[in-house]
Amino acid sequence: MAVKRYDNRLGIKGWLWAGKYPLERYFYSLQRLTGLGILLFLLLHLVETSYRIYGKGPWEATMAFFDTPLFLSLEYVVFAALIFHGLNGLRLILEEMGYLLGKPGRPVFPYVSSRQRQRPVIWVIGLTIVGLLLITAWDMFLA
Amino acid sequence: MASDIRVRVFRFNPEEKAEPRFDLFSVPYSKGMTILDCLIYIKEHLDSTLAFRSSCRMGICGSCGVMVNGFPHLACHTQVSELGTDRLELRPLANYDVIKDLVVDLTPLFNKHKMVKPYLISPQLTADHVREFAQTPLELERYLQFSYCVKCGLCIAACPTCATDKQFLGPQALAQVFRYNMDSRDVGSKDRIQVIDQPHGLWRCHLAGACSDVCPKGVDPALAIQLLKRSVVGSWLGLTKRNVPRLVEEQEKQAPADAPKAPPLSV
Repeated sequence: MAVKRYDNRLGIKGWLWAGKYPLERYFYSLQRLTGLGILLFLLLHLVETSYRIYGKGPWEATMAFFDTPLFLSLEYVVFAALIFHGLNGLRLILEEMGYLLGKPGRPVFPYVSSRQRQRPVIWVIGLTIVGLLLITAWDMFLA
Repeated sequence: MASDIRVRVFRFNPEEKAEPRFDLFSVPYSKGMTILDCLIYIKEHLDSTLAFRSSCRMGICGSCGVMVNGFPHLACHTQVSELGTDRLELRPLANYDVIKDLVVDLTPLFNKHKMVKPYLISPQLTADHVREFAQTPLELERYLQFSYCVKCGLCIAACPTCATDKQFLGPQALAQVFRYNMDSRDVGSKDRIQVIDQPHGLWRCHLAGACSDVCPKGVDPALAIQLLKRSVVGSWLGLTKRNVPRLVEEQEKQAPADAPKAPPLSV
């Protein structure tokens, strides 16, 4: 007789919700979310630019449709996603090749993990992202 | 800390048709009390039907992993005082099937561990001849940290990739691949890379680092996995150095006559 089990797999919530985990875990979720967001934007972008084949009139109508404060704000969100995904992606490429994480050693309590050793990199990346977002916001909305 | 702590415990009984529920218990607090002490108190004084695993009570056996306020901990290894709250919610480890209450089925963990060949592979190791390998302290340092794994499974409960991918090998098994591949006595890295270099293997790790945060033994699986990625890429490019196991007896033959000898094997 099959024994009844309760499936305790967290599923999508498990990778989306970082809960009490540190900053790097939030970067993981954001990296995936921004990746999906950029992919969605790419599909919309292809649809939008495809209107050019219908001639000048439909193309200009499409451009006018997107020329609103709402879509300007969404464009900023896309740009923010690109900045985050790109810069954090560079960090991940380096770290996934074993750089910036330190070397294995004897585990002596209190343990210092590779995640803690690379924390300065997270701060540098984070501050760079914030700086670029501010410059972009100024350029798009204030300049 | 209050004199009593309120403990909400996840309850699931496979013999009942009812859905899982939470039971609330009030446990008298004492200094140095661990989560496991709470569970033992509940079982001895409040509800003898509560099911949980424990054995050594000193963070060695890896039996008593539970989710405490949404974070994986070894119950024996975690004092109530370090959580900074007198309200606890205890759930079974995430990303496993629950057998009863706080007892999860760790079979997938052990199956994946077995899959990656977690033992020394060397032609010099034969069943009829016990032999001793030479290994420098530096060679030992390369893998020692990752050999402290107690297979408690907390890393899998923390891993966001394991949350969505049932077939992902997980941090525990992948860290053990690196541990054995880095061992100077081992020549089985090609066999292990064949197992992990697949869609649900090594490349599904996207470095959340949660496994290293929850590891109660300081194993740092995240570090092992990233270094493993580097070594696998290196092996594709033919850049990694192969292990060359050295037997003590052979090394002694080549040593000067006045060099100190290893003590005889007593097996």
